[in-house]
Amino acid sequence: MIWTYRTAVSIALIAALFVINWALDAFVIEYVVRIILQCGINAILAVGLNLINGTTGQFSLGHAGFMAVGAYATAFAVIHLESGLGFSASNIPAPWMQGLLLSVGLLFGALFAGLAGLLVGAPSLRLRGDYLAIVTLGFAEIIRLIFTNTEALGGATGYSGGRPLGLPVYTNFFWVFLWAILLITLIGNFTFSSYGRALRAIREDEIATEALGINTTRMKVLASVISAAAVGVAGGLFAHLMGTIRPDDFKMDRSVAMIVMILIGGLGSVSGAIIGAIFVAVTLEAMRDIQQYRLLAYSLLLIGLMIARPQGLLGSRELRLPAFLRRKRGGAA
Amino acid sequence: MTRFSAARRFLLLSSMSLALVAASGCKPKAGADGEGSGAQSGALVIGAYLSLTGSKADFGIKTQQGALLAIDEANAAGGVGGRPVKLVILDDQGTADEAGNAVTRLIDVENASAILGEVSSSLSLVGGRIAQRRGIPMVSPSSTNTQVTEIGNFVFRTCFIDPFQGEVMATFAKEKQGFTRIAVIKDVRNDYSIGLAKAFIETFTKNGGTIVAEESYNEGDTDFSAQLTKIKALEAQALFVPGYYTEVGNLAKNSRRLGLNIPLLGGDGWESPKLREIGGNDIVGSFYSNHFAPDNANEKSSAFIATYSKRWNEPPTALATLGYDATALIIDAMRRAKGEPTPAAIRDALEATKAFPAVTGAVTFDANRNPVKPAVVLKVTADGDKFVAEIQPAGAAPAAPAAPAAPAAPAAPAAPASGAAAAPAGSGSGAAK
Repeated sequence: MIWTYRTAVSIALIAALFVINWALDAFVIEYVVRIILQCGINAILAVGLNLINGTTGQFSLGHAGFMAVGAYATAFAVIHLESGLGFSASNIPAPWMQGLLLSVGLLFGALFAGLAGLLVGAPSLRLRGDYLAIVTLGFAEIIRLIFTNTEALGGATGYSGGRPLGLPVYTNFFWVFLWAILLITLIGNFTFSSYGRALRAIREDEIATEALGINTTRMKVLASVISAAAVGVAGGLFAHLMGTIRPDDFKMDRSVAMIVMILIGGLGSVSGAIIGAIFVAVTLEAMRDIQQYRLLAYSLLLIGLMIARPQGLLGSRELRLPAFLRRKRGGAA
Repeated sequence: MTRFSAARRFLLLSSMSLALVAASGCKPKAGADGEGSGAQSGALVIGAYLSLTGSKADFGIKTQQGALLAIDEANAAGGVGGRPVKLVILDDQGTADEAGNAVTRLIDVENASAILGEVSSSLSLVGGRIAQRRGIPMVSPSSTNTQVTEIGNFVFRTCFIDPFQGEVMATFAKEKQGFTRIAVIKDVRNDYSIGLAKAFIETFTKNGGTIVAEESYNEGDTDFSAQLTKIKALEAQALFVPGYYTEVGNLAKNSRRLGLNIPLLGGDGWESPKLREIGGNDIVGSFYSNHFAPDNANEKSSAFIATYSKRWNEPPTALATLGYDATALIIDAMRRAKGEPTPAAIRDALEATKAFPAVTGAVTFDANRNPVKPAVVLKVTADGDKFVAEIQPAGAAPAAPAAPAAPAAPAAPAAPASGAAAAPAGSGSGAAK
């Protein structure tokens, strides 16, 4: 019974995505579509970052680095898969093949970003608070400098796969939101599982959690790997939307933008992270008309929001939404 | 079942925001698509995407000032076929996502017939690809990386490309200075530096010179004694350093301290008052190539310097001048376009540009849509950089050695001569991004 329900929901979802994708393509200008796609990509970023920063309470300032790894790995994989399979400018893959190539690339992106999360997380997650923030920031800078200095990946000018028209623009509504729903469901379920409870326990009191027999370092590294992998997928989608990936796009500003998303939405809340992600993607673009005062207005808006709702738009200090979901889930089970 | 709560909420939210933005973002009906709307009347729109905020804001602001001046002059002269020209400028904060958004907005919302931008080559690559895909001509005022115009037939630029400066300095060193033994030291992490060094070495050896050493450094280095000691033993007559002013200044100090008293040669990355601040007297006597020289003025450029200084209360920089030139070129192409100035017609007119009298020298495009125009060589002296020579492009265009029918004869840009526009108060590394 459950299975048929799930299957039905999945099929309906995919069909809906497909129809919306078609409708956007046919009726909506590219500018607006682009912003919608950025909402989806930001949502993955925010939910991914939220797992480690919000749920586990380990403040990372370095997720732009994982995004970079995901972006480069995805782009590299797609470009080489294409040339390996004999596709070229004159032999463009069919739309379904494009999506398949992109998705395989995204798996590579997730894999490498996850590995980076492991490499960075294993040593640094033994630290706490400010120290962790500084160490993750340092790692992100190292990752960015590695890309800046790798000639094969375009160096400072950025990676375009050696093609005049840049990386193929395969990122569209269907694939962004399919991956977004997939990852958000996955991370959502993880957050509300026994693992998620352990992560929240670490956030509340690490020593007490350790005393309960939970290997806190292992749990934190696990959260870091999943978080990095999700952010890596977002990076891959970003790469194939932009057409060029530049090391400069993965500076600390990017990490800060991600943190703004989860703070706006409510730290530790999955749906809050999504709302924050959409807020960040839409607000700046919506303020285009006021030209150079845009960033000023944006900053004031953020300050105002933080004064009015320091807990974020959705999340309360007790993180109402997860609690609410947990209760309901308990009731259903 | 409740597991889907998050997903359902997400769907609800995304569809809500989708409805919100879609309400204001529907495609215009067929026939009125982009170029068509407002083609008969109303202002012609040139859309610009520039870094007006962020770490490279100065580049964008200077370019914007030049562009606005060109628009004012065009409108004072009656616009294009009686229609006013409007410049819509969007800020991209120096990031790829904002640059992409800005360019699509310029095309979709502002109905731009042509696009101006960016200064940074890496951002021109992002915007240029969108412009190419959408069939809107784009002119970059000052992106010097070769990849930019390789995007396709809708992307142009008004500055010369990186390798050309290497050729210029090689020609200058051999023909004007009579050097035969030169050492090269380049920033190995920088495309600009690598590109200049490669072109310099090729041209110099082809002309019969000898490269005695090829050394490297990294951005941020302050100690170059290891490389310089090696070069000193090799009896080089000059040292080619295609880098940015900070390292060049430090390198000059290092070399004099080691007793290596040979002139340094470089490119437009040197253009900054900081060069002499850092290098002091040790950099005096060195040469670099640039887009123009302040003291090589002709009528056109003196007039530009005067109007620009009056309008903005400061002398024009390299980027401001190139911004002015690029905008004036787009307007000129709109006027020359056959029939209605649609994006496609403007593109054709741009491609057919012949000896357009830009402030930085006459512009004629080669087969790769790079301008064939002269460069100037400046000498660093104790009281400012002085014009020494103007180097014409060699026979074929720099990036298109295999372009037999390139519309540019070497003598083409001779008439209006090279412009002279920038004042010494250059903005950082100039166009060498």
